Amino acid sequence: MSKFEVTSSKLEVLLKNVHVIDPVAGRNGLFDLLVSSGQVARVGRDLPADGVRVVELPAGCVVVPGLIDIHVHLREPGQEHKETIATGTASAVAGGFTAVACMPNTDPINDTASVTQYIVKRAAESALARVYPIGAVSMGSNGEQLTEIGDLRAAGCVAITDDGRPVASALLMRRALEYASMFRIPVIDHCEDPSLKGDGVAHEGAVASMLGLKGIPGAAESVMVERDISMAELTGGHVHIAHMSARQSLRAVRTGKERGITVTAEVTPHHFVLTDEALRERGGYDTNTKMNPPLREEADRVAMIDGLADGSIDVIATDHAPHHADEKGLEYDRAPFGIVGLETCVPLCIDRLVHAGVIGLPRLVELLSANPARVLGLPGGTIAEGATADLTILAPDQTVTIRASQLRSKSKNTPFDGWALKGAVAATIVGGRLVYVNSEMNLRHL
Amino acid sequence: MTTATALRSRHLLGIEDLDAAEIDLILETALAMKEVGARPIKKVPTLRGRTVVNLFFEPSTRTRMSFELAEKRLSADTLGMTTVGSSVVKGETLSDTARTIEAMAPDIIVMRHGSSGAPHQLARVCKASIINAGDGTHEHPTQALLDAFTIRERKGRLQGLRVAIVGDLVHSRVLRSNLWLLTKVGASVVVCGPATLVPPGLERMGVEVTNDLDRALDGADVVMMLRVQHERMHGLFLPSVREYFTLFGLTPARMKRAAPEAIVMHPGPMNRGVEIDSDVADGPWSVILDQVANGVAVRMAVLYLLAGGEDS
Amino acid sequence: MAIVMDADRVSRSLARIAHEILERNRGVENLALVGIRARGVPLAERLAAMLRDLTGAEVQTGSLDITLYRDDLMRHAVGPQPVIRRTEIPFSIDDKLILLVDDVLYTGRTIRAALDALIDFGRPRAIQLVVLVDRGHRELPIRADYVGRNIPTSHQQSVQVRLAELDGRDEVEVEG
Repeated sequence: MSKFEVTSSKLEVLLKNVHVIDPVAGRNGLFDLLVSSGQVARVGRDLPADGVRVVELPAGCVVVPGLIDIHVHLREPGQEHKETIATGTASAVAGGFTAVACMPNTDPINDTASVTQYIVKRAAESALARVYPIGAVSMGSNGEQLTEIGDLRAAGCVAITDDGRPVASALLMRRALEYASMFRIPVIDHCEDPSLKGDGVAHEGAVASMLGLKGIPGAAESVMVERDISMAELTGGHVHIAHMSARQSLRAVRTGKERGITVTAEVTPHHFVLTDEALRERGGYDTNTKMNPPLREEADRVAMIDGLADGSIDVIATDHAPHHADEKGLEYDRAPFGIVGLETCVPLCIDRLVHAGVIGLPRLVELLSANPARVLGLPGGTIAEGATADLTILAPDQTVTIRASQLRSKSKNTPFDGWALKGAVAATIVGGRLVYVNSEMNLRHL
Repeated sequence: MTTATALRSRHLLGIEDLDAAEIDLILETALAMKEVGARPIKKVPTLRGRTVVNLFFEPSTRTRMSFELAEKRLSADTLGMTTVGSSVVKGETLSDTARTIEAMAPDIIVMRHGSSGAPHQLARVCKASIINAGDGTHEHPTQALLDAFTIRERKGRLQGLRVAIVGDLVHSRVLRSNLWLLTKVGASVVVCGPATLVPPGLERMGVEVTNDLDRALDGADVVMMLRVQHERMHGLFLPSVREYFTLFGLTPARMKRAAPEAIVMHPGPMNRGVEIDSDVADGPWSVILDQVANGVAVRMAVLYLLAGGEDS
Repeated sequence: MAIVMDADRVSRSLARIAHEILERNRGVENLALVGIRARGVPLAERLAAMLRDLTGAEVQTGSLDITLYRDDLMRHAVGPQPVIRRTEIPFSIDDKLILLVDDVLYTGRTIRAALDALIDFGRPRAIQLVVLVDRGHRELPIRADYVGRNIPTSHQQSVQVRLAELDGRDEVEVEG
């Protein structure tokens, strides 16, 4: 357990008559929550105040288990001009996340315990949210030699991936799954066949055709998803499909689950909100529409929405990928892939999934908290008596306007600047400390 | 259709942004500009005192020369900048290069770049008007305009003509610009190329797509041949030049299927014996040299229409 | 609004001008007409016809669009660029006496632009100016050699010349 910079003292409060949604505990209703000494001391009804402050939240607020984003690029060590653990976790808590899992494609890559230990140390010194490192599958993510997975696990890694790149070969995937299963951690794969991807920069389709951009077909992703599911079947290991985007991939995941294979999948908000038509907007070629996997066509977007609703998709994760303005200011071909996502996730999810009638809030809590915890074997995902107080207070009816310049992330590369969305984070509590409060809401008494 | 009296945008980034009335305005203006080239003194003072920068990030002899000539005939001050030895090679970003040039206050920047969308990104930060002289595989608007001018010159109209465009479709910006233009003015278009070189979704533009050259040429009034680069053999797109020429090369025998009085066009430079036989390139159907001559007039028209007034 | 010249008056003025041209230049040898677009062109054609009737000789006629030579084009936001119409001078103007023909002479800037254009076409022996109406208010030292009618006006007024070939009838109207 890391210590946190004391931004505020631990809350000693009784949250009275608040709407709690906690699918794992089977709760969806009005409850009292006693938060004390950094823990959720009690959950129940008509709880006595016991010497603590009694707080009633504004109408419409909902208390949920702390949200967990399992796909975040914190860029430290080595790329601190884009983001640091401090700024990235500040962004995370502003987005309602009490914990993030950070990707290993730093500089140096997190392929040895010493890099993992560095990340853990820096997180203890500067992070506002919990940071769970993810280690690399292969040394340098070069696809040639396995990392010392046991060592990485002992140092604190909760999964392995070569994200940024696919796990290079079927054999490597097989070995990684076999080895990782000894430690009961999943192999996360960025699924893409390099020969089909080539030097593509956008989804292969009518939009890229007329914009003159090299395309990446959906099959480039699904061919690898199918390979990974076969390897999971062969080994009995757990493969987690990172940032799924293509309808063909979803089809393969559904079939895999039906056959009892341990495959889980995540999708990012931009993949169920935007399509490749976004590349035509704002005069065209806005590099904030460039990410990998790319924004695909409407049929893929709709497939992702269906997968979220019917349970084939387990997790929503942002793939928060900060890049400096100078880098994103390059030509579309040359700009790096990726957008930030920690602070836009909750508003997009509530507006485009809950208010749109696709799923209810309890399912959203599964996607953003319970399932991420389950996939990576993390604590949290539910509000349990005696457990650490990691809580997110949502305001589903509060409108928010995304302002890129005001994001807490060091980088501002988002395509959602100016978007007005219904659904906000009211407050974020980590270890009983109030690490984020929405200044536009009346929460002074918290 | 009413003729426009002005272009709506202060840039010419692509034919996609123009409507049929604006296309007509440019072609009409080009007619008047062509007459200037027939005079003993091929110069008018219209753009006197205006500065035009030719910013070419990709090598190009003919397009650059054509623009330079157009600018000089309008009496503009012209500056050419190619990337060899420039700061771009030293790693300067596109917008920094543009800002440096903007500090010299050009009125118009004529830009050719290897990346699709580069002029669009520049237009967001530049005060000058930007003319796209070719961006990646996206558009080459003045080429399509001079193609249309040439067709109209020979055929008297554009609407209702059957136009076949043949070649490496996926890598061609000339194709995309011509698709936009020809569909906007009511021509009927069929595109043809090997299946490996056809980008997805072209049918959405309202054009017929085929891999059969004979079918494409059937009754065509205009045949536009696109260049096939040798790199395509290495990218697993095509097995060989020989097979390409057998299946898609334009020969006099193939031309028999086209309509009587059909014309053959090519944006240049030609690969003789790859996409086009010399007997066709130099034969009676060919208007290829007219295209080059018309390029200057069309570019003069675009410069004139974009240069109007101080605060346009 | 007042019609200051009716159809009859227009044709009598042109006839008189044709005679003046002949008298001053002692015939039509090496003489050509160039009308300034738009209404100078039909006027030039009419004069050519009259001169042919009087002398039996064909007088060459051309048309000139001076849009590309205007000095106000790039200066202020006049809005859209003026549409350019064609210039057609299908003969050499070297060593000829060129009669420039326009409908209204006002500030003189149009004529200045026309002179610039003509000189780009060759080296005429001399240039003389024919106008149907001179409305005064010159801003440049330019004068007409042959005038249909002098009509003093104020800056607020405008002079509209209508000709059968373009407008269906001949008349000159002063508005304002």
